[in-house]
Amino acid sequence: MLDADFFRRWMTATAASVEREAERLTALDSPIGDADHGSNLRRGFTAVTATLEKEAPDTPGGVLTLAGRQLISTVGGASGPLYGTLLRRTGKALGDAAEVSEEQFAQALRAGVDAVMTLGGAAPGDKTMIDALVPAVDALADGFAAARAAAEAGAEATTPLQARKGRASYLGERSIGHQDPGATSASLLIAGLVEVTEAAGE
Amino acid sequence: MKMLINVPETVVADALRGMAAAHPELTVDIENRVIVRRDAPVAGKVGLVSGGGSGHEPLHGGFVGPGMLSAACPGEVFTSPVPDQMVRAAAAVDSGAGVLFIVKNYTGDVLNFDMAAELAEDEGIQVAKVLVNDDVAVTDSLYTAGRRGTGATLFVEKIAGAAADEGQPLERVEAVARQVNENSRSFGVALSACTTPAKGSPTFDLPAGELELGIGIHGEPGRERRSMMTSREIADFAVGAILDDISPRNPVLVLVNGLGATPLLELYGFNAEVQRVLAERGVPVARTLVGNYVTSLDMSGTSVTLCQIDEELLRLWDAPVKTPGLRWGI
Repeated sequence: MLDADFFRRWMTATAASVEREAERLTALDSPIGDADHGSNLRRGFTAVTATLEKEAPDTPGGVLTLAGRQLISTVGGASGPLYGTLLRRTGKALGDAAEVSEEQFAQALRAGVDAVMTLGGAAPGDKTMIDALVPAVDALADGFAAARAAAEAGAEATTPLQARKGRASYLGERSIGHQDPGATSASLLIAGLVEVTEAAGE
Repeated sequence: MKMLINVPETVVADALRGMAAAHPELTVDIENRVIVRRDAPVAGKVGLVSGGGSGHEPLHGGFVGPGMLSAACPGEVFTSPVPDQMVRAAAAVDSGAGVLFIVKNYTGDVLNFDMAAELAEDEGIQVAKVLVNDDVAVTDSLYTAGRRGTGATLFVEKIAGAAADEGQPLERVEAVARQVNENSRSFGVALSACTTPAKGSPTFDLPAGELELGIGIHGEPGRERRSMMTSREIADFAVGAILDDISPRNPVLVLVNGLGATPLLELYGFNAEVQRVLAERGVPVARTLVGNYVTSLDMSGTSVTLCQIDEELLRLWDAPVKTPGLRWGI
């Protein structure tokens, strides 16, 4: 079972990997975006970690809802509302339970990903974060490691795609040949689940 | 790249402190990042709120004041502001007559303003929204995020601002703003990429001897790259792209806008070519504005915006305005 502390550590692990990979995310955002994805997410997840330390909600749903709200209030751009909605709606789907099963979490995350698709209007294949998140949710039944592998493969598979949403879509065919920064950061988020599990197993 | 800054993390806050010092007629809330007319809320007047990423100055903060915006929300460089800022701005300017959000069509701006509108309505503020999407360089289709909002934002903010200052009701101010957007088209050209403070190097590589056609205002590359062209050739191409999309029967407002690093000397020379193309194509010009108004940091290049107007819109355009970035008639 997964408790509030697990989700708090998931956010901390994601903050650390976003910090570590910020320059790479910004570099990916340069040829097909506006070169700020790393710095924006770093600002957001730093704020999430700080808030969770201060308020420390005692349910998984509470942790993710608060994290999502904090991203919406600090990131801006498209990634703020999109990542914020992902976590907030996942958190809401988890309800008030003190602990949730991996299966319940998988269902909730699917609700979160669906909300992101509704908000941003993107579908798989549009070269967005959805291309990492949907395969990850599909693989979650086989465990966190499988989800991470699926997310990373999904992110890499955005390279040959032509962007149909977001700022990269303005480039038309010139967006082909670049890995999507949003799909890449989404795979970091999913990888955070494995990092927390591995750290707990040590 | 050398920049006149302290550290990248504080560029927006530093600029707001400087703006507060230079413009005592504005209330600049540095912590919450909202710039408001000092006399807001004005009784009976619709509040006009806009915002967007920083790096486009004087847009939007420099257009706050009598005759134009009531408040502006600056985001991080090239990053949409957050809903909290917009709700705070709406609350500060609402006199009970409602608030109009003027939103440039970028995914981030649209999502954050949508969330803000819901939150403001929860607080009992009547909110209307107008989307600015004037950039003909982007094909408006299911396969893109739609046309970007660029130079027409200035026309929308000025003309809707005049309507609001006359005391026109929210539905009317919204309709005027929508009409100005629908009648406006823009096309941008970059001679160099821009450098964001966070990255410190140009956002894309534009070799010497080449230019980028169909550029946006966020340092994102355009649709097509060509060998360098003359001012005359660029005017033919840019105005031609706009006139492929609209055929003005009425006189137009012309904005020849600098993207940040192109000297006025060149912009005025370019304007002469723009006016030549318009004359050749039989498009009458009512008013022309030349200068750096909707910029993209230190990008060099220009954008052209045309807006078809009628007598009423021209009257509102000519009405007095008193802001840091645009002022006449006062």
